[in-house]
Amino acid sequence: MIKDYFVLSVKNLKHRGLRSWLTLLGIVIGVTAVVALISLGNGLQTAVASQFGVSSTDLITVQASGIQYGPPGSGAVVPLTTQDLTQIKNLPSVKAVARDIVPVKVIFNQKAVFSYATNIPSGSDRQFVYSQINAQAISGRLLKDGDIGKIVVGYNFYTDSNGFGKAVIPGNTIMIQNKSFQVVGILSRQGSFVFDNVVYMNQNDLDSISNYGNRIDIIAIEPASKDLVNRTISDVENLLLKLRNVKKDAENFQISTPEASLNQVKQILNGVQIFIAIIASISIFIGAIGIVNTMFTSVLERRKDIGIMKSIGATNEQIFLQFFIESSLLGLVGGIIGVILGEFVGIFGTVGINSFLGRHLPITISLGLILSALIGSFLIGGIAGIVPALNAAKQNPVETLREE
Amino acid sequence: MEKEKKKSVLIELKKVFKYYFMGENVVKAVDGISIKVNEGEFIAIMGPSGSGKSTSMNLVGSLDVPTKGHIFLDGEDISTFSESDLAQLRGQKIGFIFQSFNLIPNLTAKENVMLPMTFQGIPEEEREIKSEDLLEMVELGDRMNHYPSQLSGGQKQRVAIARALANDPEVILADEPTGNLDTKTGSIVMHFLDKLHKQGKTIIMITHEPELAEYHAEIVYWLRDGKLERTTRKKKGKRYVDGEIKRLVKARK
Repeated sequence: MIKDYFVLSVKNLKHRGLRSWLTLLGIVIGVTAVVALISLGNGLQTAVASQFGVSSTDLITVQASGIQYGPPGSGAVVPLTTQDLTQIKNLPSVKAVARDIVPVKVIFNQKAVFSYATNIPSGSDRQFVYSQINAQAISGRLLKDGDIGKIVVGYNFYTDSNGFGKAVIPGNTIMIQNKSFQVVGILSRQGSFVFDNVVYMNQNDLDSISNYGNRIDIIAIEPASKDLVNRTISDVENLLLKLRNVKKDAENFQISTPEASLNQVKQILNGVQIFIAIIASISIFIGAIGIVNTMFTSVLERRKDIGIMKSIGATNEQIFLQFFIESSLLGLVGGIIGVILGEFVGIFGTVGINSFLGRHLPITISLGLILSALIGSFLIGGIAGIVPALNAAKQNPVETLREE
Repeated sequence: MEKEKKKSVLIELKKVFKYYFMGENVVKAVDGISIKVNEGEFIAIMGPSGSGKSTSMNLVGSLDVPTKGHIFLDGEDISTFSESDLAQLRGQKIGFIFQSFNLIPNLTAKENVMLPMTFQGIPEEEREIKSEDLLEMVELGDRMNHYPSQLSGGQKQRVAIARALANDPEVILADEPTGNLDTKTGSIVMHFLDKLHKQGKTIIMITHEPELAEYHAEIVYWLRDGKLERTTRKKKGKRYVDGEIKRLVKARK
């Protein structure tokens, strides 16, 4: 029996004008936003996280804390020193390296661009750093011990939009801080605005263009195993408190783990997602009002039909049901369009993130998400239709039939 | 002379009043009418506009409830029925035919005929067969899947007749069934009503055309100002005595 009302409602919907469908825009936009947001969630997180250079989850970084403008550690008041590094290296079961990030002027093709140079340590520390940044040469080779006057550049130098007017390729010579260097390799794309724009050089070369002395920007520490992360953090903290002669809660340094950074990223993303969710809810609410409006109009337009149906035996409940189902179906149609658009955004967004980051995030289509979006919009349509359908049901057949 | 068989009373209006209150004015649309309609009779209700014809038909058709008085359909007092009981009653026992056809524009001829059966919860196959049969009967077998906008006035009214018959009603209420049709298409529609009457259906027709009433109906009730003014009966096997209706019409003018 209910099926008959669905059939009748579909027939009525088919004869709806453009106006009715336009009022669905709110539902469509809302559902699109929700579906896209949820199906893009993981991809977005990965994308934002990689902007922070976060990859390994068991790497601990230490930097001097101060007012930070520019790259991490550069604005520090009391910088970390090589002595700090040596002491940390003496802790049991840790590997530690110094990472310097130096602002530099790069000249190539007679154009100057300001960028950053970073050090690659020698010996076993080199492999440690390479594995941490997942270094792979997309062209040429990586730096090795004994390379002097040679550099590897980030992926963005390899593109035409690097600011030099011409892509940098292995074999080119470029000027850094007025010293000439030969490019021996290009790093594969990291998907990070920072890491793809950096010049990598051996420690001696970096020392020759900077006047850091024994100052260090960042100390990267890897505990021997993941279980030792917390223990290592407290060991390093105690050590530095002593070395730098500061009290706890007044530290002039900062220890962070990628996990903590990732949590920060998640928090930022959560904020964004809540914001979008609010916009989506407003838009769905407006969509629901639109359905209420178009259903009321429809009741007015079909007053005569209602009178006819009552005269041939339709009860008030049957009239109510017809308009109620019609309204639910309107919501459902909005939901279907929204789900299609949302999945479209989700799929193409993931493809976009993958090609931008050079990753292989899986494209997920969640049946549960689709179903709940459809059921949700069906229900919203139904709720929006209750009052108009009640209005339809209580039309007086004698009055409606008298109208011509 | 053969004694007429006693027919059972199908509809009875007992001192029925219908007043409309508009501010301080009271419109006495129906002002104490009592009528009995026997099973199988063809009744015409005549009267000028504002005489209460349509209101009485709405009351008999249970679309409206009387202010005072009782209406019996098949022995049941429908003035005490609830709204949804009335709807059920309309669907099962009454078939409406309107002057302006009143088909649902979004539905095809066949779907329009199926609709009253839908509201009675009749299974789909049965609805299909019945509606096809009925449309064949009104000679619209080739127009079943046309929408009302694709049909002529006469065809629409024949669809409406088929729809009125969908649930085998006890009585057909026809409100000016030829009012929007020319004489020729009107007579085709009346031919089908006659056919139904011969099959034993009770028909109540509202009209302001005396010729129509004279030719087709057995009993004509004259209404004026909400009151039953006069009743004319056709004698068995005859048309109205010496054009009595025409004389009455003349007298009124």
